[in-house]
Amino acid sequence: MHIISPVLWEFLIRWLTNFALFPPEASTVAPQTDALYLFLVFISVIGCGIVTLLVVGFSIMFRHDRNPEATQIEGSTLLEATWTLIPLVLFMVVFVWGAVLYFRIYNPPKNAMNIYVVGKQWMWKAEHPGGQHEINGLHIPTGRPIQLTMISQDVFHSFSIPAFRVKREVIPGRYTTVWFEATQPGTYHLFCTQYCGTKHSAMIGDIVVLKPEAYEAWIESSTSGTSLAQNGERIFAALGCNACHNGNPDSRGPSLANVYGSKLQLTNGSLITADDAFLRDTILNPSMHVTQGFAPIMPTYQGQVSEEGLIDLVEYIKGLHSNDRIQQTLNTTQVSPAQSGTTASKVPGTVNQ
Amino acid sequence: MSTIVRLPDQKVATLPKRTFLNSEYGLKSWLLTGDHKRIAILYLISITFFFFIGGAFAALIRLELLTPQPDLMASDTYNKMFTMHGIIMVFLFLVPSVPATIGNFVIPIMVGARDLAFPKINLLSWYLYIFAGCFTLSALVLGGVDSGWTFTTPLSTHYLNTHVVTAGLGVFIAGFSSIFTGLNFIVTIHRMRAPGMTWFRLPLFCWSHYAASILMVLGTPVLAISLVLVILERTIGIGVFDPAKGGDPILFQHLFWFYSHPAVYIMILPGMGVISEVISTFSRKRVFGYTAVAFSSVAIALFGFFVWAHHMLIMGISNYSALVFSLLTMLVAVPSAIKIFNWAATLYKGSITFETPMLYAFGFMGLFTIGGMTGVFLGSLGMDIQLTETYFIVAHFHFVMVGGMLMAFLAGVHFWWPKMTGRMYPEGLSKLAALVTFIGFILTFFPQFIVGYLGMPRRYHAYPPEFQVLNVLSTAGATVLGIGYLLPMLYLTWSLKYGAIAGENPWQATGLEWQIQSPPLTENFTVTPIVDYEAYDYEWLANKTKHEVTTVG
Repeated sequence: MHIISPVLWEFLIRWLTNFALFPPEASTVAPQTDALYLFLVFISVIGCGIVTLLVVGFSIMFRHDRNPEATQIEGSTLLEATWTLIPLVLFMVVFVWGAVLYFRIYNPPKNAMNIYVVGKQWMWKAEHPGGQHEINGLHIPTGRPIQLTMISQDVFHSFSIPAFRVKREVIPGRYTTVWFEATQPGTYHLFCTQYCGTKHSAMIGDIVVLKPEAYEAWIESSTSGTSLAQNGERIFAALGCNACHNGNPDSRGPSLANVYGSKLQLTNGSLITADDAFLRDTILNPSMHVTQGFAPIMPTYQGQVSEEGLIDLVEYIKGLHSNDRIQQTLNTTQVSPAQSGTTASKVPGTVNQ
Repeated sequence: MSTIVRLPDQKVATLPKRTFLNSEYGLKSWLLTGDHKRIAILYLISITFFFFIGGAFAALIRLELLTPQPDLMASDTYNKMFTMHGIIMVFLFLVPSVPATIGNFVIPIMVGARDLAFPKINLLSWYLYIFAGCFTLSALVLGGVDSGWTFTTPLSTHYLNTHVVTAGLGVFIAGFSSIFTGLNFIVTIHRMRAPGMTWFRLPLFCWSHYAASILMVLGTPVLAISLVLVILERTIGIGVFDPAKGGDPILFQHLFWFYSHPAVYIMILPGMGVISEVISTFSRKRVFGYTAVAFSSVAIALFGFFVWAHHMLIMGISNYSALVFSLLTMLVAVPSAIKIFNWAATLYKGSITFETPMLYAFGFMGLFTIGGMTGVFLGSLGMDIQLTETYFIVAHFHFVMVGGMLMAFLAGVHFWWPKMTGRMYPEGLSKLAALVTFIGFILTFFPQFIVGYLGMPRRYHAYPPEFQVLNVLSTAGATVLGIGYLLPMLYLTWSLKYGAIAGENPWQATGLEWQIQSPPLTENFTVTPIVDYEAYDYEWLANKTKHEVTTVG
């Protein structure tokens, strides 16, 4: 029956039934990216068509048999200006369109829900604010903008969800962000697209998009008991941050209540907005940004807190609106300072020395 | 189909008695030669050797990707395969391909000089190349390197235990070889032009090599610096790129791409020079808009230096610098478009014949147009987010580098083969090879655009099963492509002994190199030529040859 081998036949059938030119469109930005893609494909087809037409047409019209003598032509400024300006205008359209899209993909809306992602050789760890942890997976609801704040523990990785048309490099030592709003429930590919060593191609996962109700149910069922901020509070106490950052008038460090998002005056005179990256930097490299009115005496916590611990601390400080609980903890720990060392090693997120 | 080939009567034709090939004999006369033509031959042999090694890695990569599962080799082995493929193809094949072989051979003759400005430095640059090749091969033999050809930090500096330093040194040394070649071309084109050979009488091949040489001389030192920093960070642990020591891993990306983006123009510009010569010769017509084509090379070289950060658009550079680099990327696409249209317009009212170099040149125009247009996709900010680091980008740069540059290289090798060896290649077989290469190329790399948009990341050893069909097509194409590349090697070798005697100007081309015997004398010209005609002046050539009796021997 088959002229060709059954294996090949099977193969062709499978191809013809599953042939896809586009990944699924599962986010609000996906149709916009596809529109630009189609426009680019369109002008490419036109461009290649013109070049092919010219080359083939001239080859037939002016082949040596038909046209034994060439007519020498110096050039034509008008023609050259035409094929300089038309591509230039088209490229400018592509530039503006692409730039608008880029700003849309990389500037998150204010109300986005934040999820933290830590990349390491060779796995993705996602941390939901409520304390749900996931490895090589991410559960998200439809219809809600999600922002990912990402960092790598070792080498460059890249967080890519083709179905959402988003991708962002995950870099050691600094936070990068990306956002999206999923539209279609389903399971989609998550790839690491930056070469990161041996198991690069195994650093993949599933993005599970759920309807809001299903998402709520998932959140309920997979909580670990402590939220990121709660864990951050424990680390804050365990590392003794509260000894200085307690809001007392005579404390050696600035109060951290409501510090997130505020503008800070630094000793070098510059103004800086306290964002996630700023908070992380000041924990690891305190002398980089010293707030006006304080001495540069804070020690570095490099190597004492893991990336997850830092995320907990950042999340804790982000939600810190008063110093009451800090002072409360401070009073209890001062009663038995001998114990603080032992508790420190038990708090998840701190690194055992 | 008619041709313009004008060969001497094969029954009585003989090769010239004295040529650069038989002026001296023995291995020593080759290894210590100062003759640019002999050095070009040495380069041709050595880059062909490395091309087939790099090609063997490509074959193994495609074989592994036939199935979604990682079944042919271990992940580490696969990573070494694509790393070695990249390093060898970029630094040991593409960068020296046209300039060091064809450029070395014909540029001094084109400008009417006896040799390059610094013959000994030219020889040194070949030795450096061989030295670099030895380092790279020893990295390979000692157990390979798996950093990717981009040596991304901190992976390359802190997380790999393969031979990064050895391979890095290899690339470092290859860089100096490239700098010396560039330097030699710049000085030669500036200072050694024959009387009457003004800048605007230079063949466009010289212009594009001049532009590429500037990129080599100014860009390559930055690559050297970044590699030295990687090596120092890896061996003695200085903290330039390591964030834990206050370094910045993004800095490496800036330094590396500051060279490696201009490097793609180092690779493609000489190829464009070949295409200008070939298109003009086989349509018997001056290149349409000579000045526009000449200056577009310089414009590409100039803009090429200011677009490097488009390799980092998703790496967290500020949105506004992304804007600037995207805009400049769009601008650099324009001179390439000008060239394509000017070549197409050169055909208009020409008298076109279809010898093998012309077929390769047509292949170049088609594939380079696709490669260039998909470059616009990638330069467009929002689009780049979806496309970068996927197979789309792999397909894009293979269209430019393999579809463009390798086609141009083969066009050039066929075009100047009669001049280099004094013998013709077999025309029918070589046309077949050109066709096979074109078909094989499209089949290999076009499916990769689709699989890239679907999201398949590059450098993946295993991939989701739904991408298999496109990968099978690609592997099938690679097989065809492999045949397309093996054919020329076989018949060109055959032609060294059995090819028809070419005579001095089989193509009726206008360049100075075609007005001397093939193969040329060691000193190229017996008397210094005086140039009193424009480039691509076919009427001058017709007048010259009208009353001339073809004498050979």
